[in-house]
Amino acid sequence: MTLFEPFQFEFFRNGFMVATLAGAICGLVGVYVVLRSMSYIGHGLSHSIFGGAAASAVLGVNFYLGAGMWGLLSALMIGRVARRGKIGADAAIGVITTASFALGLALSNVFGQAKRSIEAVLFGSILGVTTLEVIAVACVGVLAVAIIGAFYRKLLFATFDPEVADVTGVNVGRMEALLMLMLAVTILFTMKIVGVLLISALLVTPAVIARMVTNSFARMLVIAPLVGAACGAIGMVISYHANISSGAAIILLAAFVFIVVYTVTGARGRGNAGGMIH
Amino acid sequence: MTSLIELDGISHSYGGPTVLEHVHLTIDEGSFLGVIGPSGSGKTTLLRMVLGNLRPTEGVVRRRADLRIAYVPQVETVNWNFPITVSEVVLMAGAAKWYRPRATASERKRVAELLEQLGLGGFEHRHIRELSGGQQQRVFLARALHRDPELLVLDEPTSGVDVRTRHEVVHLLTDLHRNGTSVVLSTHDINGLAAHLPLIACVNRELIAVGTPAEVLTSSVLERTYGAPMEVLEHGGMILVTDSPMGIE
Repeated sequence: MTLFEPFQFEFFRNGFMVATLAGAICGLVGVYVVLRSMSYIGHGLSHSIFGGAAASAVLGVNFYLGAGMWGLLSALMIGRVARRGKIGADAAIGVITTASFALGLALSNVFGQAKRSIEAVLFGSILGVTTLEVIAVACVGVLAVAIIGAFYRKLLFATFDPEVADVTGVNVGRMEALLMLMLAVTILFTMKIVGVLLISALLVTPAVIARMVTNSFARMLVIAPLVGAACGAIGMVISYHANISSGAAIILLAAFVFIVVYTVTGARGRGNAGGMIH
Repeated sequence: MTSLIELDGISHSYGGPTVLEHVHLTIDEGSFLGVIGPSGSGKTTLLRMVLGNLRPTEGVVRRRADLRIAYVPQVETVNWNFPITVSEVVLMAGAAKWYRPRATASERKRVAELLEQLGLGGFEHRHIRELSGGQQQRVFLARALHRDPELLVLDEPTSGVDVRTRHEVVHLLTDLHRNGTSVVLSTHDINGLAAHLPLIACVNRELIAVGTPAEVLTSSVLERTYGAPMEVLEHGGMILVTDSPMGIE
């Protein structure tokens, strides 16, 4: 068996491309997720989208349409509740997203025929990734880069100092909604390969690794997608050869890279990532 | 004198008890106003009303059309671990106008000039955490000045800084005011900052008094503001306020 043997299969080539793109997109969006301390939102949102995915499978609605609508609605609700601050953001996320996840589980229990696709959503699967899905994920990547490019300074200001950004004329609410939508779309289009239960790790780990090696926001936006893409690509090859799920292989590799960087960068790296690592 | 902002009978509550009640305050062009009061007295709420990022639950805020306001937050609220350099912080000021991610040559020149003017030349590529307290304060001042503001609002500009930095900040603000910028700031520092300003507003849920230091830094006004007896001394023409703990003669 050679290292490149799996590339003879179309399903693997598609899965490989989606995993690489997914890693890059999650790395890019993840920079904002970790710097805004939104890690829990990413985690919750992926669980919430699972409810939409389960409902779509049961109702026979297109996965991206059903789970997408569900995810966008959840993202906007989470953003609104968090901004209003009347109840704690973590409590609001806990209620909204776990209720949605529980609904997905209940639907899975009642309608057994949906079980297979629901398991694929939970743990990720490289099987059945179509060329159309590769194109869709590539489009999400282009969209994320375009949004971040166009709103780079506004997003940076709203992330670093929302109160002053607001006074300076940046529509902070709109920037937050844009980020939440970008996060929801990223999770929706990449969770099939990584899985609902593991996607938040792919959002967080490359960004934290990037933070440990650089003090520059602009460089973080380059390093995190590169780390994510490398973990996605190499993780897929490991997944095939070790016969383990794609999500598990990608996340374990990302965790390994994190440990190596954490050790090599020492106190400087830990200082840079202060507030992210305790 | 033209009025920049007028707070007309404003009250505010965050859902619980009222934090500000029936405040009438006018900020005129050329003002240099310090807002003093104990913790939780509504100073920051008042500043947020002036800035326009908080709406009063009662009353009206009138702001001159097209007024350019800039805000310097408390340095203690800044996330010092954020991966950002000095020039990136200052360049944020143009965020509302620009869609291009990279700064233009003219913007970079303007940032370099501002940093030079504030004694931060050569610090452009330093991470903000690597600077001293006074330098950090000046970075955020540079970001505010990048907007060429008509009204500069500062929340506790001397909080948590040493005496030397406090002097630097006071001198900088005095120079800016002299050059035509109106300034409103909140402070806990009566002797080190407020007493040197031409106008002081004493706040404790309501506006207790507004006037020159000689008019408002009196035992009775300060006792009403802080809810505790305070002694006012005069030394070499300077007003000094000291605590007057009850029972100690």
